[in-house]
Amino acid sequence: MLESIGRRSLSELFAAIPAALRLERALDVPDAHSEQEALTALEALASRNENAAQCDWFLGAGCYPHFLPSAIDTLASRAEFTTAYTPYQAEISQGTLQTIFEWQTMLCALTGLEVANASLYDGASATAEAALMALRITRRSKVVLAAGLHPHYREVLATYLGGIGAEIVTLPRASDGRSQVGALPADAACLVVQQPNFFGAVETLREHAEAARAAGALLIVSTNEALSLALLNAPGEIGADIVCGEAQSFGVPMSFGGPHLGFLSASEKHLRQIPGRLVGETVDAAGKRGFVLTLATREQHIRRERATSNICTNQSLCLLMATIYLALLGRRGLRELAELNLAKAEYAKARVRETAGLTLPLAAPTFNEFVVAVPDSGAAALARARGANMVGGLDLKDFAPELGPAVLVCTTELASKGAIERLLAALAGAG
Amino acid sequence: MTRNAGPGLGFEESLLFEQSRPGRRGAETPRSDVPAVDAAALLGDALRKRAPELPEVSEVEVVRHFTRLSTWNAAIDLNLYPLGSCTMKYNPKLNERVARLPGFAQAHPLSPESNTQGLLELCWRLERLLAEISGMDRVTLQPAAGAQGELAGIMMIRAYFDQRGEKRHKVLAPDSAHGTNPASAALNGYEVVTVPSGEDGILHPDALARVMDEDVAALMITNPNTLGLFEEHIVELCELVHARGGLVYGDGANLNALLGVARPGDMGIDVMHFNLHKTFSTPHGGGGPGAGPVGLTTALAPYMPRPVVEKTAEGRYAFDFDRPHSIGRLHGYHGNVGMLIRAYCYILTLGAEGLRRCAEMAVLNANYLLERLRPAYHVPIDRPVMHECVISDRALADTGVSTLDVAKRLIDHGYHPPTIYFPLIVAGAMMIEPTESESQEGLDRFADALLAIAREARDDPETVRSAPHHTRHRRLDETRAARRPILRWRPGSSSN
Repeated sequence: MLESIGRRSLSELFAAIPAALRLERALDVPDAHSEQEALTALEALASRNENAAQCDWFLGAGCYPHFLPSAIDTLASRAEFTTAYTPYQAEISQGTLQTIFEWQTMLCALTGLEVANASLYDGASATAEAALMALRITRRSKVVLAAGLHPHYREVLATYLGGIGAEIVTLPRASDGRSQVGALPADAACLVVQQPNFFGAVETLREHAEAARAAGALLIVSTNEALSLALLNAPGEIGADIVCGEAQSFGVPMSFGGPHLGFLSASEKHLRQIPGRLVGETVDAAGKRGFVLTLATREQHIRRERATSNICTNQSLCLLMATIYLALLGRRGLRELAELNLAKAEYAKARVRETAGLTLPLAAPTFNEFVVAVPDSGAAALARARGANMVGGLDLKDFAPELGPAVLVCTTELASKGAIERLLAALAGAG
Repeated sequence: MTRNAGPGLGFEESLLFEQSRPGRRGAETPRSDVPAVDAAALLGDALRKRAPELPEVSEVEVVRHFTRLSTWNAAIDLNLYPLGSCTMKYNPKLNERVARLPGFAQAHPLSPESNTQGLLELCWRLERLLAEISGMDRVTLQPAAGAQGELAGIMMIRAYFDQRGEKRHKVLAPDSAHGTNPASAALNGYEVVTVPSGEDGILHPDALARVMDEDVAALMITNPNTLGLFEEHIVELCELVHARGGLVYGDGANLNALLGVARPGDMGIDVMHFNLHKTFSTPHGGGGPGAGPVGLTTALAPYMPRPVVEKTAEGRYAFDFDRPHSIGRLHGYHGNVGMLIRAYCYILTLGAEGLRRCAEMAVLNANYLLERLRPAYHVPIDRPVMHECVISDRALADTGVSTLDVAKRLIDHGYHPPTIYFPLIVAGAMMIEPTESESQEGLDRFADALLAIAREARDDPETVRSAPHHTRHRRLDETRAARRPILRWRPGSSSN
């Protein structure tokens, strides 16, 4: 091959690189591993992480343990999906394109809004993108956050907004765990509220919608337990302009926090300000229905510095998993699963009320996650759970010290009645 | 024509919503072992009155649906996929296997550090491997994609100047830059100034000197650039920027060409992103998830996103949140860790020699293709290339066949087309990146297809102009999609 292109050596191929820049030594990296050796090395690393396959799991806080039906990995592992790229060439990308169109449709059904994009990196950046969108739409400069937004989401929002000098204002928390809403500043671009919020409390949302409307601001509802959408009001039907967040709960492995599935949906009137990819229906030259990437004039590869976002990829493979998941569960299945999650949490809460040493400090209704006050410290309570082979939840010491010693506990369909009882005994330190 | 793809039985498949039948389902929820609850009593007004309108289909219907849809995609595992600047190399299956180990896939980002030492060690090690490969001092693994890496990099640059009390307002980028570069700079409030490339396709110091001043925060540069050319004046360019107190951002999209051969850090680059889904073989997944770690010099380390994984004196791995000058968090947790695991495994399997071999074979393949295509296609900038080559439709001008037509006709030959109409500075560009994964015979088949299309453009231009002919769809009407957007299915809304 070298000869056929008139070169004598491989190094001649790199003649354009000035000699002083050429690396004249081998890279200092481990010796090449055979497949067997690499697998052994990676298995050794994997074995040193506690995981939901090994023990009863009550830790959520934005990343939820749910059962994964077998068909998801079987289908999402198909190389025609995994080893394809962005569907720029529509005629040979209809598999990916139709899947995205189906996801957009499902997401609209879940959120009660008219348009949804082809996904964003994760719930945190989706919430930040939603706030940027509101700033563009209203041409205002203040972002108001209701109490109870996931603290990491708040941090990511601050990072994203730092570049354009927008101001962040935070509202106080009510004593029952929900956010307090008063009049918003007149120059607020949006009110961002998480549903259910970080403490698991279900927000009513109607007063949030009214407060936003009164101030001429947009209401952004951010959800990171997407399963709750099957049981709680579609935010779009009670006044949300943008619904965004994290859909990892729909069949995507926890995977130490990523890759997950950021989503964003909005009212149709804000279509041109939506960041990221959109798939639309069209026809081919013979009149046959097909799908294409559309409205690309919002995007960076066309508009460059005037684009709605710099985003270039989406989380297509995670979107595929979620679309398969929702198809498998369907309309009734998803609702039933959400009701089961609710029932598990209600059972756990009822038992907390009967357990000496444990209380429920927040009275607001919840979905599948709630705060439990523990007798000594969150760390000690969780260590007792760990001793009984359970991951008992999140220590709230660093997130909400004002609650005193407390743990955020999540009960999905994976939590059995017996495990819930063992957990509460461990948290209480009974015996 | 050379048949690389033949006829086959293709399945039609409607939308899931059109197959829906009330009461049908593909997954059962487990029996409840706790008392039933009255959701209305618990949630009151917050309770959703109607279940969301999701399709109702059986498991076998779901499986057939997505299996059929999958067959409508082009993919690396089917054939060469020469999308320029996207590095569509083969994705080893081992990487998929390890990412699914329960200790990775079912680990939680908020588990205590003491219980996730394996993952923290992997992140710590991967940071050091990427630093060695790139010649950078530190690497943040948090950005979820190249574009988010760019955002992080420009934010760190901004934080660096803020810390020094300097207000700079401009970012420079060559006219051959990816669109994400100016978009990322604009998201940071910078004005973007385009620097023209020379006739030879690379950036020249005198062109840079004309626009470089103390108001410029950074130059963003891709090396090799999007024409597949090494920016030969990179050292001088960096010196020019540094002399005026500015920093240089390296877009690492094309790093595959340099593995083990040369390092951005040695060239004077201050901050750069990696695309693990390009250079380090993590699957592109139909458009993501990717991963976009960012390498940086010690001077920028205080501004890295937090947290950062450090190794303690006792040999434990821990998150360091105590970074007061950090630009903050960029991801809800620790980035696309599933992709980091795959990339780490890939580097382990290659070793130093294997990494260098990637660059050598990728560059050899691109130059080989260029030689094969030269007789029939215009080569706008005729110089030895690195990992990709750019040709154009100029030699076909008299046939009425355009780059888009050639691309669509390639589909009939079983190939995903190259990146087309990019870089913007070449009219009718076709940007071809074969990667190291292809054999000589594979490249020959691809070149033969392109040469056959060039002949066909003269003999039978209409067939080329109306391609593709063998796909289940003919050319799709993108204008119609944009003019009257249909972005979700509604009962009775279908075009069919």
